[in-house]
Amino acid sequence: MSDSTHPHTPPVGAPALAIRGLVKRFGDKTAVNGINLDVPAGSFFGLVGPNGAGKTTSLSMATGLLRPDAGDAWVHGTSVWGQPLEAKKLMGILPDGVRLFDRLTGEQLVTYAGLLRGMDADTVHERTKDLLAALDLAKDAGTLVVDYSAGMTKKIALASALIHAPKVLVLDEPFESVDPVSAANIRDILTDYVGSGGTVIVSSHVMDLVQRMCDHVAVIAGGNVLAAGTVDEVRGSESLEDRFVQLVGGRNTSTGLAWLRTS
Amino acid sequence: MVAHLLRLKLDLLRNSLKRSTMAVVGLVIGGLYGLGMLVLVLVGLVLLGSADLEIASTVIVLAGSAVILGWLVIPVLAAGVDMTLDPARFTTFAIPMRTLLTGLALSGLIGIPGAITALAALGTVGTWWRHPLAAVAAVVCAALAVMTCIVASRAMTAASSNLAASRRFKDVSGLVLLIPLMLLGPIIAGTSDVLRNFAEVLPALARTLSWTPLGAAWSVPADLAGGHYGAAGLKFLIAVGTLAGLLWLWKIFLARALVTPAHSGGARKTAGNIGFFRWFPATPTGAVAARSLTYWFRDPRYAAGLVISPLLPLVFVLVGVQSGSMFMLLFAGAIATYLMCWFISTDISYDNTAFALHVATGVSGAADRMGRALACAVIAVPLGIVYTVVGAALNDAWAYLPGTLGLTLALVGASLGLASVFSARFTYNVPAPGESPLKSKPGNSFSSVLVQMAGVTGVAVMVLPVAVLSIVGVLAQQAHLSWIALAVALVLGTLFLVLGIRWGGRIYDKRAPELLLAVSKDS
Repeated sequence: MSDSTHPHTPPVGAPALAIRGLVKRFGDKTAVNGINLDVPAGSFFGLVGPNGAGKTTSLSMATGLLRPDAGDAWVHGTSVWGQPLEAKKLMGILPDGVRLFDRLTGEQLVTYAGLLRGMDADTVHERTKDLLAALDLAKDAGTLVVDYSAGMTKKIALASALIHAPKVLVLDEPFESVDPVSAANIRDILTDYVGSGGTVIVSSHVMDLVQRMCDHVAVIAGGNVLAAGTVDEVRGSESLEDRFVQLVGGRNTSTGLAWLRTS
Repeated sequence: MVAHLLRLKLDLLRNSLKRSTMAVVGLVIGGLYGLGMLVLVLVGLVLLGSADLEIASTVIVLAGSAVILGWLVIPVLAAGVDMTLDPARFTTFAIPMRTLLTGLALSGLIGIPGAITALAALGTVGTWWRHPLAAVAAVVCAALAVMTCIVASRAMTAASSNLAASRRFKDVSGLVLLIPLMLLGPIIAGTSDVLRNFAEVLPALARTLSWTPLGAAWSVPADLAGGHYGAAGLKFLIAVGTLAGLLWLWKIFLARALVTPAHSGGARKTAGNIGFFRWFPATPTGAVAARSLTYWFRDPRYAAGLVISPLLPLVFVLVGVQSGSMFMLLFAGAIATYLMCWFISTDISYDNTAFALHVATGVSGAADRMGRALACAVIAVPLGIVYTVVGAALNDAWAYLPGTLGLTLALVGASLGLASVFSARFTYNVPAPGESPLKSKPGNSFSSVLVQMAGVTGVAVMVLPVAVLSIVGVLAQQAHLSWIALAVALVLGTLFLVLGIRWGGRIYDKRAPELLLAVSKDS
């Protein structure tokens, strides 16, 4: 695929992730409606939106998992769909709603992810040990992933995404069903990672978390980007949650379930 | 409340039918088959009434005992297959125990097995129509026996529900069920011979069984018809006692199952053992091979293939032996090898969305194809060689070993090569990870059947030269043809494998995201 087939060209200055004109239709339904997005290098970027907004579809297309109907994404200037191998080397991906090779033990799964990336055995062994310890999975390293709890499964998937020390991390709903202690540990790891020059993109629908953790945010609904920028720019004087509801709409203003009142 | 549980069972049945027309067709075919069997059984039972009392009693007690035993054992083995109205799902509802017991027991009658058992049991009334007292007793005893069947199976399910919730148990039970299914034909052929020889033992066996919980209810009418009122009374007490005892056990097990949430088994294990990953080189190809090989042993869906592939040729061989010909034995290795190697044509479908890891890491098509083929070959090649050598030894046909060995090796190359292409191009609707390997998936379209047929034909055409040389060599007793077959096989097999992996790899590189999308839709 040459660049001439793309209607858009990579932006100058090469942000960590640049999305240009991504479109995806499933049948009659347009899931992602030609979005543009720039994720600055070294930012902690939150992608928020209601259920079915197109977050997962957009991230899948931006990471090379789902072929877009139009548009492309660039990771540090490398086209995801033009030079997929080079682009994938720069990215660590935690997709949401996909299975893992869960008949492997946790240790085997992380090792597998490292070896698939073509890393050498010693580095893989070393990093697997470090990751399992950092994510508090060392005691369950030899347990099959199928026997893990939901939170542990998220953590082992995160470990698999981190093993090759990517420059950009794309995490789809990384905190879902993760316990508060592990979530805090993961946040520390991610903050360190951003501090050392890495870029993190997380999707979430927990506004509070995004407001506290991220420095940049984009609001997606109905397959369009409604707002994007630094968190302060997007929220203005309001809380992110209020601003989000304002942008997306759909709040119920009726009196609610009167019979549910206990007094 | 009891009516609600019955309605629930009916709704579940109806909704499962609504999901696809194939399910309706399945139910209709199953129902017609059951109905046909039922008519045969009922006619048989009535005819049995005119037979000798001893024979009638023996047949009914033996068959009846087998039915109760079946109800007792099958739910446990099939735990991974069907758990409609699983007691664990009622934990959050406050249903009185007595109501739950009655509802679950009666709902057991809904569905093909329950209905057929009930009707067939009532059919025993027809056997005793010449003896009014026995006929009346048969109605009561049939009801008793059917309730025993259902309560026994429910008690067993409740007792094992803790066990059945553990993944390990589900994994193993599905496999255990496979083996008798596979060998059903030869077993029936074998046991019918044995039964003919031991015809005189059966009445004694039936007499013994009639005093046990399995046979007591079935033999009461026969004893009444024969005038043994004392024995009939005692056996009736045994039957009632059995039902009461089972009910009591069921209540205890159910009470325990309701307060014990389902758990997933498996002890915690620390790091240090990466299994097959140690054996293979630390490259993407080696990693894919190690992962695939792990799955052959650890995923029941693959393990089922591992069990079926060596067993199926044995079935052919057993049939051959019974007909007095050992010729098939020479090619058992080739058949086993083909079955196992072609299995990987559905590899990516079996990965399901876990395949996303391969797409995300950008592993090359050649490495992916090669790794999967390698893992399969590690098992299939030794298996094929052992089978072929043993086949030659049993036939004392050492001279033709090169030919049969050649066919086996050519099949490895051809089926792995073509499967590597097919699995990069087509996906199928297969049981998802964690589902029973026996679970049939409706919704495989006609076109995917055509694709599979094309694959089988393709492999056959590819190995045709070797097969002709090898088989003609044996039939014409020309040993030198066998050596030519081996030489051709080595060349062709290698060629097919290399070309298949290259071509498959190229398709994979182009279509990896499309493959991921396809398996996401199938699941």
